[in-house]
Amino acid sequence: MPRREAIKNPYLEHQLFKGRALFAALGILVLVAVVLGRMVYLQILQHEVFTTLSQDNRVRVVALPPPRGLIYDRNGILLADNLPSYSLEITPMEVDDLDATLAKLQRIIDFDEDDEKRFRNELKRNPRFQGTALRFNLSDEEVARFASDRHFFPGVDIAARLSRHYPLAGPFVHALGYVGRINEKELKRIKEDKQIGPNEYSGTTHIGKLGVEKHYEAQLHGQVGFQKVEINAQGRRLRVLEEQAPVPGTNLTLSLDIKLQFVAEKALGDRNGAVVAIDPTNGEVLALVSKPYYDPNLFVNGISGKDYKALQQDDDRPLFNRAVSGQYPPGSTVKPMVALAGLEYGATWAGKTMMAGDYFMLPNQERKYRDWKRGGHGLVDMAKSITQSCDVYFYDLATRLGIDHIHEFLSHFGLGASNGLDATGEADGLLPSREWKRRARGQVWYPGETVITGIGQGYMLTTPLQLATSTGMLAMRGERMRPRMLRATHDAVSGEQKWTPGYYATSLELKRDIYWDQVINAMIDVIHKPNGTAHGIGKDIKYKAAGKTGTAQVFGLKEDEEYDAEKIAEKLRDHALFVGFAPVEDPRIAVAVIVENGGHGSRAAAPVARQVMDQYLLGEVQD
Amino acid sequence: MLTPDWSGGYSRRDARMSFISEVLRVDLVLFTGLLVLIACGMAVLYSAGGGENSLLVKQTVRLGVGMVIMLVMAQIPAEDLRLWSPWFYVLGVVLLLFVMFGGDTGKGAQRWLGVGGVRFQPSEMMKLVVPMTVAWFFADKHLPPGRIAVLISLLITMIPAGLVVVQPDLGTALLIMSAGVFAIFFAGISWRLIASGLFTAVACTPLLWHFMHDYQKQRVLTMLDPHSDPLGSGYHIIQSEIAIGSGGVYGKGWLNGTQSQLEFIPEQDTDFIFAVFGEEFGFLGVALLLMIYTFIVFRGLVIAIRAQDAYSRLLAGSLSLSFFVYFFVNIGMVSGLLPVVGVPLPLISRGGTSMVTLMAAFGMLMSISTHRRLLRH
Repeated sequence: MPRREAIKNPYLEHQLFKGRALFAALGILVLVAVVLGRMVYLQILQHEVFTTLSQDNRVRVVALPPPRGLIYDRNGILLADNLPSYSLEITPMEVDDLDATLAKLQRIIDFDEDDEKRFRNELKRNPRFQGTALRFNLSDEEVARFASDRHFFPGVDIAARLSRHYPLAGPFVHALGYVGRINEKELKRIKEDKQIGPNEYSGTTHIGKLGVEKHYEAQLHGQVGFQKVEINAQGRRLRVLEEQAPVPGTNLTLSLDIKLQFVAEKALGDRNGAVVAIDPTNGEVLALVSKPYYDPNLFVNGISGKDYKALQQDDDRPLFNRAVSGQYPPGSTVKPMVALAGLEYGATWAGKTMMAGDYFMLPNQERKYRDWKRGGHGLVDMAKSITQSCDVYFYDLATRLGIDHIHEFLSHFGLGASNGLDATGEADGLLPSREWKRRARGQVWYPGETVITGIGQGYMLTTPLQLATSTGMLAMRGERMRPRMLRATHDAVSGEQKWTPGYYATSLELKRDIYWDQVINAMIDVIHKPNGTAHGIGKDIKYKAAGKTGTAQVFGLKEDEEYDAEKIAEKLRDHALFVGFAPVEDPRIAVAVIVENGGHGSRAAAPVARQVMDQYLLGEVQD
Repeated sequence: MLTPDWSGGYSRRDARMSFISEVLRVDLVLFTGLLVLIACGMAVLYSAGGGENSLLVKQTVRLGVGMVIMLVMAQIPAEDLRLWSPWFYVLGVVLLLFVMFGGDTGKGAQRWLGVGGVRFQPSEMMKLVVPMTVAWFFADKHLPPGRIAVLISLLITMIPAGLVVVQPDLGTALLIMSAGVFAIFFAGISWRLIASGLFTAVACTPLLWHFMHDYQKQRVLTMLDPHSDPLGSGYHIIQSEIAIGSGGVYGKGWLNGTQSQLEFIPEQDTDFIFAVFGEEFGFLGVALLLMIYTFIVFRGLVIAIRAQDAYSRLLAGSLSLSFFVYFFVNIGMVSGLLPVVGVPLPLISRGGTSMVTLMAAFGMLMSISTHRRLLRH
């Protein structure tokens, strides 16, 4: 029998296909008729039933935003709370002519172009049956005025919400941060975050934007609740059928001490600068001040363009958080650490003396590295060089150590890297090294740059926070704690309180313990000896303190020029620095102070530190 | 004095027609049907999205991309497609294996493959490649096919379908399978084989049921009767039936559907958009929409019948029936005729992945329609 597959017959195949296509077409018609039949059943025969069902269909689930966790200082004083505030909300579905309504509203409620722009943007994002806020923080008068005219405005309502409020305002903004309206980017990030449920932020309008408010967003936010409400056919709420209450956010107790904060703030006066005080035994931040500051309450419901511009264009840069983001050359405050490095690496010993003249010179080089003191300090040893802040001694020591040793040793103190504060905005600072210079500048390291690194000038940059933690490490003889703002959390529902444990960042052991004493004793002399650079604050002091003054150059001087504070404009004057800790026997506080353009550290910065230490250790400021 | 130049008029018209069909390679009848459908889709998508323009803009961009893909596909003669078919098939199966062993997970199932930053679903491509390959297989065989040929063609269909089942994406696997089965049907598989196949399938069902776990049985039952689970998966279908039913003969009018505007219908801009359509445009609108869809499928079948070789015929026929399955399954699901499987309403639902496949398929149909050689007998 011949194989049938052997011959193809195009004509028969085409006929075959036509038959199949016809069958398929018939099948399609039958199935479409079935669907149409179903539609006849649903839309014609059962129409009445479904119309009734659709009118009865009025249970909707509404999200209830959780109240945000409160923030307290270490004494239980409220730093951030939630106040009821009234906002004007418009439900687009119930408004016939939005433009006309807005125009009419303008006559009784004050809102500007910014409000309207934000409102129209948010309108697109929200469902049409949901109210969108046009104005926040209505005054009582505005609420009353609207209430009397309400019947003219279908679809417009006054809504009461909780709004974040910072009762102590400005002085705490750089420590606390603030919340603001959630923007598109944040909304997207939240939606993509697998740890946050998809509905967790439905109903939430604000989010932490900066500082502690941002860092602890997850704890402060709480859990969303739901409400089943009955609505009428127009979408208006009639009554609540079922409710699952939201879980309020966790309350936070910060380690900040508001009394200390206010003392530090007052001590700075109207000068720009920063004060950071920490408890060196556990890393708790006791005060974190940056001046000037601004009112965070302006930002909560959207700052006006005019106010924001004014803040941004202010020459004193109030928006800039100097305490954690400001990067300054540490100046002579670095000397105790360089001295320790010298001892540890055997580049010097405590009893070694040298004649410190007017200047220091590298072998075979012309350049003179000048001392701040004309005529020089004469015969000095290490202790005297710290007490009197002799530059020539440290030029010499830095050269003996070499940049590699300086970089390695100082990095133990947390310089040149973020310290891991539980807030936002921390700058890294800069601890220069050969490797860094090759990478960042494409140049080799010059010996002259090592010389000035010994007195904290040149490329080196530190933040006030880093100065405070490194001073704390000196105080604790090698133990550095990670700085932190959070002291404890309180669960708002169970009332359970959890203390935050301290966290060791580094534990540095030197070849001999006595090195610490040699350097710390010299720092005590800075304050308590008549020849110390900060002996001015040692007068009548009731505890034993140790410290070091510093001066950071803003303005580069030429080799043979001399610095004359009178001649130089205020903006170019040196920054004054001071770091210190007390009591020496049992350290409880470490402070770093920087006064921008303050001149010398002993006169401008040290008194601020004394007041802060007095307040914390004695409970009052001595005059 | 001017006299009407009839012949000139004709030649201009002919020139225009030949530009559309021989340069653009566009089948004007099919294209008109698509445009009408897309216009309806835009109107209902605008309403389902709560009157938001950005949704429309995004959909327009997707459609634009789809149109370009369609035009590109239309330039490729069916003969070339035929030659490439087996290679595409091998590539597709390899990619599916890749997905199985290292694809991205999206919504709990492994379907995506990242290629140079572009994510791409090989299973989507197989909706076209499987009918292409089955058509290629039958193209030089004597038709109607023998038992062995049918067996091989079933194997060609089942291998990729099986790989997609384990992703797991049952919906797409069924669509891939049906595309292959349609091509086999058009190849002329004997009715006796069809009948015995159906019989075997029906006979196997109780056996399968017997071996299923209780929770699997429960899941199948809820799929078959959504009303038994009104708070879970049944909620979708109950709300969409209310929407369609309350639409009545004339509908509640565009943008006026309470079910959709009050957002009672879940996924109302994707899989359940037909409920919005039914509520706002009523029975008359639905009938019109079904007519447009059926028109497009019928045009596809006409193109298939007019095609000159077996490959083009089988491919065009299979693609047309596949399109029918898409809208039939979606509408059947939304109106409560069929169990809920995630299939979008073609060319109307918001979304881009299936759009590309659809427009590529229409490009193939247009190519088959416009690349006919002039045969003089």
